[in-house]
Amino acid sequence: MIIGLGHYLSVAAILFTLGIFGIFLNRKNVIIIMMSIELILLAVNIDLVAFSSFLGDIVGQVYALIVLTVAAAEAAIGLAILVAYFRNRGSIAVEDIDLLKG
Amino acid sequence: MAAVAYPAILPVLPEIVLGLGAMALLMAGVFGAASVRVVDFAAIALLVIAGAVLLALPSGRLVSFGGSFVVDDFARFLKILALIGSAAAVAMSIDHAQRERQQRVEYSVLVLLSTLGMLMLISAADLIALYLGLELMSLPLYVMAASHRGSLRSTEAGLKYFVLGALSSGMLLYGASLIYGFTGTVSFTGIAQVAAQGGVGLIFGLVFLFAGFCFKAAAVPFHMWTPDVYEGAPTPVTAFFAAAPKVAAIAMFVRATVVAFPGITSEWQQILVFVAIASTLLGSFAAIGQRNFKRLMAYSSIGHMGYALIGLAAGTPEGVQGVLLYMAIYITMTLGVFAVILAMRRSTGMVESIDQLAGLGRTHPTMAFLLAMLLFSMAGVPPLAGFFAKFYVFLAAIKAGLYVLAIIGVLASVVGAYYYLAIVKIMYFDEAVEGFYAMPIELRIVLAVCGLFNILFFVYPGPLVGAASAAAHSLF
Repeated sequence: MIIGLGHYLSVAAILFTLGIFGIFLNRKNVIIIMMSIELILLAVNIDLVAFSSFLGDIVGQVYALIVLTVAAAEAAIGLAILVAYFRNRGSIAVEDIDLLKG
Repeated sequence: MAAVAYPAILPVLPEIVLGLGAMALLMAGVFGAASVRVVDFAAIALLVIAGAVLLALPSGRLVSFGGSFVVDDFARFLKILALIGSAAAVAMSIDHAQRERQQRVEYSVLVLLSTLGMLMLISAADLIALYLGLELMSLPLYVMAASHRGSLRSTEAGLKYFVLGALSSGMLLYGASLIYGFTGTVSFTGIAQVAAQGGVGLIFGLVFLFAGFCFKAAAVPFHMWTPDVYEGAPTPVTAFFAAAPKVAAIAMFVRATVVAFPGITSEWQQILVFVAIASTLLGSFAAIGQRNFKRLMAYSSIGHMGYALIGLAAGTPEGVQGVLLYMAIYITMTLGVFAVILAMRRSTGMVESIDQLAGLGRTHPTMAFLLAMLLFSMAGVPPLAGFFAKFYVFLAAIKAGLYVLAIIGVLASVVGAYYYLAIVKIMYFDEAVEGFYAMPIELRIVLAVCGLFNILFFVYPGPLVGAASAAAHSLF
C-alpha cells in the first residue's frame, strides 16, 4: 500500500479530534488538558509537514518549526499559571475550577 | 553562498522601538535601576513614541519581510487605536496597583509586549505572521489575567483563559494548515488567487480559522471564556482586555477575511451573519440578569463585537469602514466605563456590584453624568457617538442586502438598552449609599476624555469618518 497525503491527513484529523475530546471529556486533571493541547498542535504539525512534502514547498516545514517553538513557550506559561493556581487552591482537578460562573 | 537580502526596516520601526523599549524596561526594572512608577510612565511614553513613529512613516502602502508585513492606512488606523487602548490601560492601572500593593514592574512590560503582538497582528499579511502576532499578543494576556498570584479568582481566570486560548489557537492553526495545504501558499494575496475556485478542504479550513478568530474577538459561539475572565482578572487587566486586544482581533478578522477570501464571499458571509446575530442577541439577553459590573461589561463587549461583525458580514468597503468606526468608538466607551469601575472603591475596598452605584448622581454628579452618557452611547442613543457607530454598520448591512441581519441587530440593541438604562436608573433614582473615594487624576482624565468624545462626536465627525473610510478602502 502506498501511503498518500490522505493517510497523513486522516492521522492528523484523528489526533486533532482526540485532542479536542481530551479537553472537553476529561474531568480529572488539568495536566491532561495541557497534553491534549500539545496533541492538537502536533496534529497541525503533521498536517503542515505532509502538505509541505506533497506540495514540494518548504514554507510548511518552516511553519511547523515556528509552531513547535511557540508551543514550547505556551506550555511554559501554562504550567506557570497552573503552579500559581495550585498554590491557591491546593488541587488541579478540573471539577474544582468552579469559582467563577454565572 | 547567496547574499541574504535584509528586509526593509522602515515599515517595522514602531514595532522595533516597542520591542527594544520593552526589553530595556524589563532589564531596568528587574535590576532595580528604575522604580515601578518610572517604568509605568516610561511604558506610556514608549507607546506614545511608537505611535509618533508610526504616523511619521511615509504614507501609502509599505511592505516588508517578503510581503508578510504590510503597513497601509487600515493598519495605521487600527494600530493607533491599539496604542491608545494600551496607553490608557497602563495609566489606569497605576493607582489600583498602588492601593492593592500589587506594584510590579512586569505589568507594564507585559502590556508593551502584548501591544507589540497586536501591532504585528494588525499588519500580518500571511498565515505565519498572523499566528506569531496572535501568540505574542495572547501569551502576555494569559499571564496578566493571573497576575494577582495570591488570589484564587485571578489565577483561576488565568487558567481558564489559558486553556481555552490555547485550544482556540490550535483550531486556528488547524484551519491555517488546511488552507495552506489546499492553496499551496500562506500569503493572503496568494490564497485569494486560488481560493476563488473554492473546494471543500478550503471551506473546512476557513471554518476552523473563523473559530479561532471568533474566540479571540469573543464572539458567540466561542465567547464562554469572556465573562469568567473579565470577572476574575484584576480590574485594570480587564480594562486592558476589553479595549486593545479586541481591536487587534477584529483587525485580523477583517484583514484575513477581506484580503484572503474575496472570491468566496457567499461562503463566509453566512458564517458571519450567524455569528453576528448570535453575539448581539446573547450580549443583549444574557447581560440582563448580571449584577457584577465587570461581568456585565463582558456580555456588553460580546454584543458590541456582534455589531462590529455586522459590518464585516456586509463585506463591502462601507462595511469595513463601519467596523473601523465601531472599534474606534467602542474603545472610548469601554475605557470610560472602566475608569468608573476602577474608581468604585470605599474604605472597605473595591466593590464591583452595580447596586453599589446607587445614588451616584447625588454623591458624584460629574462622574454619574459622564457614566450615564457613556451608557447611553453604548445603548446607541442619538446624538451620542455610539449611535453613529451602529448607524454605519447597519447602513452597510442594508446596502449589502442583509435586511434580516440589520433588523435583528436593531432589535437586539433595543433589548440591550434595557440593562444600560437600568444602571442609569440605579445611579439617579435609588437611595444613595456611601460615596466612593475621590477619583485619581489619571482616571479622571480618561473618563473626561472618553465622555466628552462620546458627547461631542456628532459636532465634528468628519476626520474620524474620513480616516476610517480611507483605511477601509486601502484593503480593497
